[in-house]
Amino acid sequence: MIEVRDLVVERGKREVLRGITCTVPTGRVTGLLGPSGSGKTTLIRAIVGVQIVKSGSVTVFGEPAGSAGLRRTVGYVTQAPSVYADLTVRENVRYFAALYGLGAAEASRAIDDVGLKDAAGQLVGNLSGGQRSRASLACALIGTPRLLVLDEPTVGLDPVLRADLWGKFHALAAAGTTLLVSSHVMDEAGRCDRLLLIREGELIGDDTPAAIRERAGTDDLEEAFLRRIRERVTA
Amino acid sequence: MILLATSVRILRQLRHDRRTVALLIVVPVLLLTLIYFMYDGAGNTFDRIALTMLGIFPFVIMFLVTSIAMLRERTTGTLERLLTTPMGRLDLLFGYGLAFGLAAAVQGAVATGAAYWLLGLTTTGSAGLVVVVAVLNAVLGVALGLFCSAFARTEFQAVQFLPVVVVPQILLCGLFVPREQMAGWLEAISNALPLTYAVDALLQVGRYAEPTGEMWWDLVIVTGAAVVALVLAAATLRRRTA
Repeated sequence: MIEVRDLVVERGKREVLRGITCTVPTGRVTGLLGPSGSGKTTLIRAIVGVQIVKSGSVTVFGEPAGSAGLRRTVGYVTQAPSVYADLTVRENVRYFAALYGLGAAEASRAIDDVGLKDAAGQLVGNLSGGQRSRASLACALIGTPRLLVLDEPTVGLDPVLRADLWGKFHALAAAGTTLLVSSHVMDEAGRCDRLLLIREGELIGDDTPAAIRERAGTDDLEEAFLRRIRERVTA
Repeated sequence: MILLATSVRILRQLRHDRRTVALLIVVPVLLLTLIYFMYDGAGNTFDRIALTMLGIFPFVIMFLVTSIAMLRERTTGTLERLLTTPMGRLDLLFGYGLAFGLAAAVQGAVATGAAYWLLGLTTTGSAGLVVVVAVLNAVLGVALGLFCSAFARTEFQAVQFLPVVVVPQILLCGLFVPREQMAGWLEAISNALPLTYAVDALLQVGRYAEPTGEMWWDLVIVTGAAVVALVLAAATLRRRTA
């Protein structure tokens, strides 16, 4: 479980997160939804422990975010695919496997998992955008982390692949992995077990998709999100 | 183990970039050939300058290559990702030192071989020691490059550290003006710059048949400077950033 308490983050002079408190339940797919610039990536960076925070706390499975004990526990996929463009897919994934003391078999498994078996020998720099982000995802699946934090992992993917990946996320959750997946696409929100809605650095919703729909009185999550925002503006 | 895996990864990246490998190996030989023709018929001047250059080339080239490579780790997000894995900061930095040190050993062996056999370089001491100094200089270049890249946000800035950090060391190492003829304050600055000791070590190899105590002392200083720069680089490498 991830617990975020009164988290405030400043970047430059701007307050990017303004006192966020939320929890991410274990063994579920939690969606972090919000428009571009709302603070999603900053919250994610705080959870993986690479963000300087002004105040508040983030704990992951009871330990402070970023502590040494968590480095084998947390898999992190950045928004831009952070893999080496001048290495092949296989070389990339094997390198990340080596960082966890794991070998070629584990690397092959991760490559198969993201459906890049046929492209394993290709240089990442020559791959399409979607293949690149899957290569980046494969590196995060190494060692079956207990928590997977994915920053917009499905951007630029075709609908079939997107559906495949969401299927993969739910399979991982069923096996006990905790997933936090950010997205700015509302149609992905419905695929999550739980949603965190964030706007301008504030949490404006923390519930299951069904509860959010019911409360807003609409089946359309995008519409529900809009109504939630209007409610807050008038309140 | 993580350190070795990192070195292997860096060398693999280099292997996929054949043009860079070709430039690393060929350019020093071409420049030495140029120096050979410049000082054709000028007695033993070629010996002194070529010997010094065998130390300066790996220092300059590895400084540049490392600054850019490390900056790429920062800008592409791979560094941020690595810092969320069990990798230690020293694994990464010494991994770079080892990988580029090995690359420099190949470069140094080829350049030294060409200087002795093709261009007729003569030294009283052994060519093997020249390669050793060249490799240590390369590691020094790597270490300073890693340290300086922490202060650069863009490639443009990284390249500007060459005139700031590298050029003064070349000017004051005794290549252009013998150190004992420098003004006192210049000699004092020269004494504080690690490249000075590397060049002095090479000149010792040129002058004496057996390794001298002064040469060993020079090598200790160069190695120490490289280690200090690596540790400073580790101190500037933060897991958490704004």
